[in-house]
Amino acid sequence: MKDEFEPRIIGFLCNWCSYAGADLAGTSRLQYPPSLLPIRVMCSSRVDPLFVISAFLRGADAVLIAGCHPGDCHYQEGNYYARRRFACVRKVFETLGMESDRLRLSWISASEGPRFANVITEYTEKIKKLGPNPANKKIFL
Amino acid sequence: MANILKISKNAEEGLRELLRFLLEKKRVKAVFTLRKINENSAVSYSLITDSEMLKDALPLFPLMPQNAGKLLSRLTLKEHLLEPTAAVVRPCELRAFIELVKRKQGSLDNFIFISTTCPGTYPLELSTNGDIWKKLPEYEMCVKEGDIVPDIRPVCQACEHFIPYSADMTIALIGKKDVDKSCEIFLNTEKAEKLIEGMDGELSEGELETKEIKKLHSKRQEKKKELFKEINVESLGLSGLIETFGRCIGCHGCGRVCPICYCVLCDFDSRDYECEPSTYESELKKRGGMRVPPNTVLYQLGRLTHVSVSCVGCGMCTDVCPADIPISTIFLKVGEEVQNLFNYIPGKSVEEAIPLTKYEKEEFAEVED
Repeated sequence: MKDEFEPRIIGFLCNWCSYAGADLAGTSRLQYPPSLLPIRVMCSSRVDPLFVISAFLRGADAVLIAGCHPGDCHYQEGNYYARRRFACVRKVFETLGMESDRLRLSWISASEGPRFANVITEYTEKIKKLGPNPANKKIFL
Repeated sequence: MANILKISKNAEEGLRELLRFLLEKKRVKAVFTLRKINENSAVSYSLITDSEMLKDALPLFPLMPQNAGKLLSRLTLKEHLLEPTAAVVRPCELRAFIELVKRKQGSLDNFIFISTTCPGTYPLELSTNGDIWKKLPEYEMCVKEGDIVPDIRPVCQACEHFIPYSADMTIALIGKKDVDKSCEIFLNTEKAEKLIEGMDGELSEGELETKEIKKLHSKRQEKKKELFKEINVESLGLSGLIETFGRCIGCHGCGRVCPICYCVLCDFDSRDYECEPSTYESELKKRGGMRVPPNTVLYQLGRLTHVSVSCVGCGMCTDVCPADIPISTIFLKVGEEVQNLFNYIPGKSVEEAIPLTKYEKEEFAEVED
């Protein structure tokens, strides 16, 4: 039991929806794995691809970007830009033969506490199957 | 309507003649072109207003000492040109400039662009050791035949965008058997037709995209496949990236010469990327060993995500790399994939916004989870 791999997922959560969604999951006492390391950003579009790559190379087993559903962005359109940027980073990963499954974009609103718990549970399971990030053991980064 | 001006001199002479005409008739105030520094030496880009100085101009010299797109951006960063200026640039340099203009790093105002059907450029190395002069006859022969010139930059050999998208005038080189006797200038815009009014030469009509051009296009497509296969970008993976970029000496020269990397102060040059002792300690605890300085893969991946959408594949990065890393091939491949994602050809049109600065409400559902 002790040796079981517990993934570490870095989550960039938008202040207005997904972070509040995480709060709701907590206050509703929903159970989900303790694998997420949340970082609050004002908008999902605040996430520069560099944040994602940094987290990945530093050994995060996965990186999650979560924001408001399309159309619900607090800043009207931030998440649309975030989606394009995310598609771009994903493509870079895919083209270089890196595991793009370790990157995820999800829309979670402030009222979706159960969805938040679900996303984390489901994603943690998926990463468990993938195993630890190989970047963790690399020296020459 | 005539769209070709034929001058019965070799292509370079003819182009020089045109530039001299434009200057002397005061149709333009200045000319921006490659000019030799002294006999049998290197060339550099120069601004010329005195038509006498054009005798040392080598507008078609197969070398790119710097990407002219970057230079034109520096010329027009603070203010657009006040007087008409003719710039002789390669298609990828023009595309790079247009990408920079879209990023508010320059202005197209008052420029007259003269470009060519581009056979490619040699690596800088051949210019510094002087070998480039010996290669010129072979270059001309390949141009006439419409073949891929051996020993030019690898990305030039694989370049599919060798016909300029938005030049006012295009000098036809590829597949022109009489390139040493006549100079064919295609006039693509009304502005160009006005500019050459009164110039000696024969006006005619014709198509720029001949069957030789189409043939070279497919040859280059084949070459590109070979090039990608050689590096095997798609199966690099993290280990492959570490292997490839492991020999990077961290000079950041590739970013410095990249026309799309326009930031004056690059984030990667800042102190933010200096690791503190505590970072080394925590990383070492985890890994048991660590490269000093770290972050080479981060630098290249970071540059890829920032630049790939607009990469024009000019090949400057590989050319200046002291560690001989095939950066431009990797950037070309990743760039192509990212650009396909958005159906975007960088530098094709100044009206078309950069994909990351716009969006559709319904798109990319496949990346959402």
